[in-house]
Amino acid sequence: MLTNLINGISLGSVYAIIALGYTMVYGIAKMLNFAHGDVIMIGGYMAFCTTSYLGWPVVPSILFAVVVCTILGIVVEKLAYKPLRNATSLAVLITAIGVSYFLQNAALLIWTSNPKAFPNLVASIPSIELGGVRIANTAIVTVIANLIIMVALTLFTNRTKMGKAMKAVSEDKGAAQLMGINVDRTISLTFAIGSGLAAIAGVLLCSAYPTLMPTTGAMPGIKAFTAAVFGGIGSIPGAMLGGILLGIIEIFAKAYVSTQLSDAIVFAVLIIVLIVKPTGLLGKKVSEKV
Amino acid sequence: MKVLSKLSKRGFLNYAIVIAFYLVFQILSVTGNLSSSLSGQLIPIVAYVIMALALNLVVGISGELSLGHAGFMSVGAFTGAIVATALQASVPNGILRLVIAIIFGAIFAALMGVVIGIPVLRLNGDYLAIVTLAFGEIIKNLLNCLYVGVDGKGLHFSLTDANSMNLEADGITILNGPMGALGITKISTFTSGIILLLIVLFIIKNLVNSRTGRAIMAIRDNRIAAEATGINVTKYKLYAFVTSAALAGSAGALYALNYSTVVPKKFDFNTSILILVFVVLGGIGNMTGSIIAAAVLTILPELLRQFQDYRMLVYAIVLILVMLITNNEKARATMVMLRKKISRGKGKEAQS
Repeated sequence: MLTNLINGISLGSVYAIIALGYTMVYGIAKMLNFAHGDVIMIGGYMAFCTTSYLGWPVVPSILFAVVVCTILGIVVEKLAYKPLRNATSLAVLITAIGVSYFLQNAALLIWTSNPKAFPNLVASIPSIELGGVRIANTAIVTVIANLIIMVALTLFTNRTKMGKAMKAVSEDKGAAQLMGINVDRTISLTFAIGSGLAAIAGVLLCSAYPTLMPTTGAMPGIKAFTAAVFGGIGSIPGAMLGGILLGIIEIFAKAYVSTQLSDAIVFAVLIIVLIVKPTGLLGKKVSEKV
Repeated sequence: MKVLSKLSKRGFLNYAIVIAFYLVFQILSVTGNLSSSLSGQLIPIVAYVIMALALNLVVGISGELSLGHAGFMSVGAFTGAIVATALQASVPNGILRLVIAIIFGAIFAALMGVVIGIPVLRLNGDYLAIVTLAFGEIIKNLLNCLYVGVDGKGLHFSLTDANSMNLEADGITILNGPMGALGITKISTFTSGIILLLIVLFIIKNLVNSRTGRAIMAIRDNRIAAEATGINVTKYKLYAFVTSAALAGSAGALYALNYSTVVPKKFDFNTSILILVFVVLGGIGNMTGSIIAAAVLTILPELLRQFQDYRMLVYAIVLILVMLITNNEKARATMVMLRKKISRGKGKEAQS
């Protein structure tokens, strides 16, 4: 029971970090970035290559993955999404899907479809025994990383100038522009942060589930997206809450109901929540104007 | 040109395209000029065209984004496979069996459409999209655990494994969980697919040009105004959604009965997205566009075969570029200017 709870929180923390990327981008650019899951996969491969092929130590390789994904996020935003700033949301959605296909197939060409065994990057940290319950080192690292990211992001959006600009842009793009905020740069920054977080999530995800394939990011991506909606898309605490709850539900469904049906149960819970509270757990209610 | 615009105004252009497509490929295959990989693609192309038309009814006419349409296709596909296999002995005629299978596929998908539509259509925009996505995944997961068999006593169902169905010695397992439907007799033909496609076109055209269709489009354009004029929003949204689900189900049955095995994994999120790509590239709400986009984009990976490993990469790049070109403001302005120039040129010709 307790072991399952810990596993759930650990998996949920990974979802939460990915969901943050979705929710921030959605809050600012009002787009569903379907390529986000594939950025996770790229982050995973970057960490894998630097440690397994080049023999880098853990910290620089993670930093390298973060830097590569951040740059990737900015480049993708500039090339594919920026020209569509005023297009319909469906057009942007399809472009994001195109980017997702592109990243997956590029990875397929570079690293082939053979799954790679991801090295345990956090092996130096011991697992601990607490009252007869073993807590895996990956779980400890994931939860701590999640807490640090949450605190850092909250401080960033509430205290710094760029963070406040981000909030302003997500509330009203036009008004923010009139106040002298560089909207384009703010959107780029959001993509950069989201993609950097995706790299961290990729490393954590692959440490916990050590097989790496070009499609590794797809399913966690969809689930994290679900988590973001679950918590109320656009809301940072909502993404955290949604991610962790989703992880716990998934692990419990796997343990007590059926492994095969766990995804179905996760999605069923999401549907029930959305029907009861259509804007998600912590989402803002927007009244419709006539 | 004049004939063409008249045709499209009356909605006959779509029929003309489909029949032309049929004739071209039929002649090609009779004269033996059709490569085997392409001739194997003919029925999937027709099925995807129907899927695109069905989704366009939801996305274009009703204005709701559905990311789970492959789920309906899969319900239709497996219902069709089960019905066709179960009736193998009692209905020996392949065509008749195909028709029954397609009808059952459509009915079951429509029932699923009602079950999903009632809760889903209360939501708006992106939330609706994510819930349809969730339902698509749930359907896939459930079908992954579903075992169906048939013997002398009738159909047997199980959610755990094939043995617990307690089939008699002569029984056959039709649906084997994650292995999918096995041992389907191929009874779909290109001609029957084209006839189904023409029927689908007829249904959509009549729906769009009816009182119901106008109500649906009024809700799409302005829900509050439509509600104020006394249109029952939920009823009409559901109408469009269920019709679309039924059409998707018929496409699924046609698709499944073209193969000897079909797995539930085939109808996942990626398939839903693929169909959405057809709809968006063809032009939202434009049925002719959907037909062309679905056909071209299903053939495109085949034609790109010479690029081998790079073909999906090329496909992705083509997709991004097309979206950028058709949606960028600058590109659009250039298009409008070109069109104006062309029409001005025509005007001069007419004057002289």
